[in-house]
Amino acid sequence: MAIASTSASNSAPTSANQISTDDLMIVNAARVLGTLAAAGKAACFVGIGLPSTAANLARRLYSPEPVLIYESGCIGSKPTRLPLSIGDGELADTSDSVVSVPEIFSYWLQAGRIDVGFLGGAQLDKFGNINSTVIGSYDKPKTRLPGAGGAPEIAATAGQVIVIMRQTKRAFVDRCDFRTSFGFGDGPGHRERLGLRGGGPKIVITDLGVLEPDLETCELVQTQMHLGVTAEQCVENTGWKLRIAENVITTEAVTDREVNALRELQSAT
Amino acid sequence: MAEILELKEAVARYVKDGSTIAMEGFTHLIPHAAGHEIIRQSRRNLHAIRMTPDMVYDQLIGAGCVSKLTFSWGGNPGVGSLHRFRDAVENNWPHQIEIEEHSHAGMAARYVAGASGLPFGVLRGYVGTDLVDQTSSIRTISCPFTDEELTAVPAINPDVSIIHAQRADREGNVQLWGLLGVQREAVLAAKASIVTVEEIVDKLTPVSGGVVIPSWVVSAVCLVSNGAYPSYASGYSERDNSFYKSWDDIAKDRESFVEWVKNHILGTTDFDSFSRSAGISALV
Repeated sequence: MAIASTSASNSAPTSANQISTDDLMIVNAARVLGTLAAAGKAACFVGIGLPSTAANLARRLYSPEPVLIYESGCIGSKPTRLPLSIGDGELADTSDSVVSVPEIFSYWLQAGRIDVGFLGGAQLDKFGNINSTVIGSYDKPKTRLPGAGGAPEIAATAGQVIVIMRQTKRAFVDRCDFRTSFGFGDGPGHRERLGLRGGGPKIVITDLGVLEPDLETCELVQTQMHLGVTAEQCVENTGWKLRIAENVITTEAVTDREVNALRELQSAT
Repeated sequence: MAEILELKEAVARYVKDGSTIAMEGFTHLIPHAAGHEIIRQSRRNLHAIRMTPDMVYDQLIGAGCVSKLTFSWGGNPGVGSLHRFRDAVENNWPHQIEIEEHSHAGMAARYVAGASGLPFGVLRGYVGTDLVDQTSSIRTISCPFTDEELTAVPAINPDVSIIHAQRADREGNVQLWGLLGVQREAVLAAKASIVTVEEIVDKLTPVSGGVVIPSWVVSAVCLVSNGAYPSYASGYSERDNSFYKSWDDIAKDRESFVEWVKNHILGTTDFDSFSRSAGISALV
């Protein structure tokens, strides 16, 4: 299981109703990053919002800490507060190295130096493909979204991808309206046929729990539920026929240490 | 050699109706003052290129200057949607715009090819995505050495690239530092270039992590202090996050947008008078 026990979970648990669902997602994502960093997979490509907050929280909670890489060209950023955009001067000022945008995408991402890519989007399908381009048809979109940004190559190349998204019927769909970022495509073997070098989505963190791809079918399966969340709730909030893992586990309660570190981070912003 | 010009004159000289323009700045050093001047001069049918079209491109699109947009991510960073961009794509307001859509990695490769004088850039990218079906400027090639299938994207060579930098000397050598984005590539890829700067100094002194773009590859240098506002110039100013948030309200409906452009861009003579008109306390 990706969410292993770490030093942070040894502290006393905190009542779940004290924290928002966003915070719950952030803490769980930070746990995953802590576990990966401990396994030597520290180089993490982060975007603004929940991924950036989670990555910065993980830096405060775990040792070794993840290495934060932002597409604006910042490598090894150690911001003292949460950046408001990927162009925040704080990221550049606290980085080990600042490089140009062509360099971050070629020498660092494409060359395979990124262990973990962190993605979200408007739609996610059962094979972990992501849409951040349009809702509806491309030519006559119902909603025009911002578009690809760095996501397609992160999804293709990062050692593994963590997805962080709210689990709703509208967002967790049978098939994305547009495939902006490739997960497992149409299913088993598709990534290999296309020659994609990265490992693809390994874990999806939601407000209800965690989904992971079935090793045989590549379909996302609910493997973890947060305290108080039911299997029915997960199924109801998913647009495909969601399977609940036989050995589904309950998320470990958020600890005081985690909450305090998160509050400290948020109040410094 | 770069000429030191007033921004008004540089835009009049290098940005024509129908020009292909790139105004780059990856979340830092975004050339807002130059964008306003293009709106003020009512340029039309521009092919506007930018990796991250944000507020200033939203203004250009809403003001009717743009007929085609080539881009990889169009949003208001840290805030949400670009309402004028969405209105143009979803509802053809103020008119239809053509879009050519890429990823960041692809756009970066295109600028590098343009700056290198090559016809195309090559990358491992776009594979398996639906972008390939929508964008004709994404093609597959095979490596002549290994037979590996790779993706080719054509060079970008704008008629004019416009960037903002921290400073220049009186010869027109340009110095920038902090997040460098794709600005150097954009300038070197273009047929002409305009650089607005915070300050013109007698002599450039080295800055850690900084680059110098020599005067002889720049067409015009224009002194516009705070010309990146509400973006920022590291060492000179801070990003005004509150203005990015308030843009969401201004651009949300057509009337308030039109009113804002009329009052604060068309109704002003330059960036200083824009700042006074818009009541931007950080600048006046």
